[in-house]
Amino acid sequence: MNVDGVSTGIVIDHIPAGKSMEIYRLLHLEKLTCSVAIVQNAQSRKRGKKDIIKIDENITLNLDVLGFIDPDITVNMIQDGQLTKKKHLELPETLTGVIRCKNPRCITTVEQEIVHAFKLTDREKRQYSCIYCDTAYTE
Amino acid sequence: MEIRNLISITDFSIEEIDRMMDLAEDIIQNPETYQHRCAGKKLATLFFEPSTRTRLSFEAAMMELGGNVLGFSSSDSSSAAKGESVSDTIRTVGCYADIIAMRHPKEGAPLIAAQRTTVPIINGGDGGHHHPTQTLTDLLTIKREKGRLDHLTVGLCGDLQFGRTVHSLIEAMLRYPENRFILISPEELRVPAYIRDLLWAAGVEWKQVEHMEQVMDQLDILYMTRVQRERFFNEQDYIRLKDSYILDMNKLKPAKKDLIILHPLPRVNEISIEVDDDPRACYFTQALCGKYIRMALILTLLDMTKEAN
Repeated sequence: MNVDGVSTGIVIDHIPAGKSMEIYRLLHLEKLTCSVAIVQNAQSRKRGKKDIIKIDENITLNLDVLGFIDPDITVNMIQDGQLTKKKHLELPETLTGVIRCKNPRCITTVEQEIVHAFKLTDREKRQYSCIYCDTAYTE
Repeated sequence: MEIRNLISITDFSIEEIDRMMDLAEDIIQNPETYQHRCAGKKLATLFFEPSTRTRLSFEAAMMELGGNVLGFSSSDSSSAAKGESVSDTIRTVGCYADIIAMRHPKEGAPLIAAQRTTVPIINGGDGGHHHPTQTLTDLLTIKREKGRLDHLTVGLCGDLQFGRTVHSLIEAMLRYPENRFILISPEELRVPAYIRDLLWAAGVEWKQVEHMEQVMDQLDILYMTRVQRERFFNEQDYIRLKDSYILDMNKLKPAKKDLIILHPLPRVNEISIEVDDDPRACYFTQALCGKYIRMALILTLLDMTKEAN
C-alpha cells in the first residue's frame, strides 16, 4: 500500500502496532483540517510491525503523550521534503490532562474541575500513578 | 513563609517529625507555656465523614493553645449536602480560618484542598488512603512508651489490606533503622502490593503470618486493627478466622513484659475488655498523645513553635 510522503509536516514513526488510534485520540488529531494518514501494521525491521501517522502540517505536538505511549516512538519534522529534525522521546515525569484515574474512590471522580494528573512511579515498569489517590494507572 | 501542609506522612522528614515529637513532649511537660500561643487564631475542622477522636482531638488541641475552632462534623450539615464541591468549600473556609483540618471519604481530597487555598491543610483521613496525624500519634506513643523508634519488632495485626493507619505506620517506621515487621492477617487481608514493594526495597526483615500466637513472644509492639465482616468474600471464612484476630489475656501469655499494645480505635471486639487493665495496653494513652502531637502540628504549620517577641 502506498501513502504519499509528507512535503511539509510531521511523521510519527515507530509507533507500536495497534497504538496509532490511541495516539490519534489523545492528540486530538480529529480536530485538524489538514490531511492525516494513519498507517497500521507497516513492515518494521526492528519490531516486525509498526504504525505510522503522517500529518500534512507542522503543528505543536504534546510529546508527553507520545513518550507515555512508547518512548521509542520517533517524531520526524519535514520541511519542503527535507527532514529538518528528528525528535527522540523520553518517558515524561508527569502527565497532565491525558489519561483519567479509574479509582472510584478518587476525588477526581466527583470534582468536575480537576485536571487528572499522574506521576511516573516506576520507570522500569513504565508505571504511572494518580497524584491524588496514588492508584496505579491501568489501561 | 512557604505554606506547609500535611497530606501524607512523607511530607515531613524524619528530622521534622522528631522536632514535632520533641515539641509535643515539651507541651506535655509545660502546658502553661503554650496555653495562649494561638490566641486569635482559628482552626476549621471540616469533617465530611464522622469521627470521634480525630476531630475532637484537633478541637481540644486548638483550644488548649488558646485558639478558636469552627467547622462541621458531617457533610449533611455543610453545603456539600447541596452538591458544593470540595474546591469551593475550601476556597470559602480559607477566608475564615488560619488553618484547616479535614476528613473526606474521597481519596486525594486534601491535596485538592491544598491547591485551592493559602492556609495550611491537615489531612484528617481521606478514604482508605492516608491518615498522617494518626501516624504521628502512633509514633509519639511508641517514642514515649519505648524510648525509641528504631530496633523494634513491630507486629501489625488484623485487616492489613484496607487499614490506612497500618500502611502509614509501616511507611513511617521504615525510615528508622533496624526495625523488623511481622504482618499478622488472614491471606485475604494482607498488605497491598505497594507496601510489600516498599518493604522489599527498604531491605528490612519482614514476614507474613496468619496467627498472632505464632509470633507473640517476639513482639515489642502489637498494633491491632479490626477485621471487618464486610471485607470477606464469604461468611464461612469470616467465622473461621475472626477469633484468630481477637486479642485476649490468654494469647498475651507468651508476650514480652515490655510489649506495648496499640490500636487506632474505635475498637469493637478485637481487643477483649480484660486486656484494658494490663499495663501493656496503651491504646487510651495513644488517644491522649493524639491531642499533644496535634498541638505540636498546629504550631509547626502556623510557624508558631517559638514564642513571639
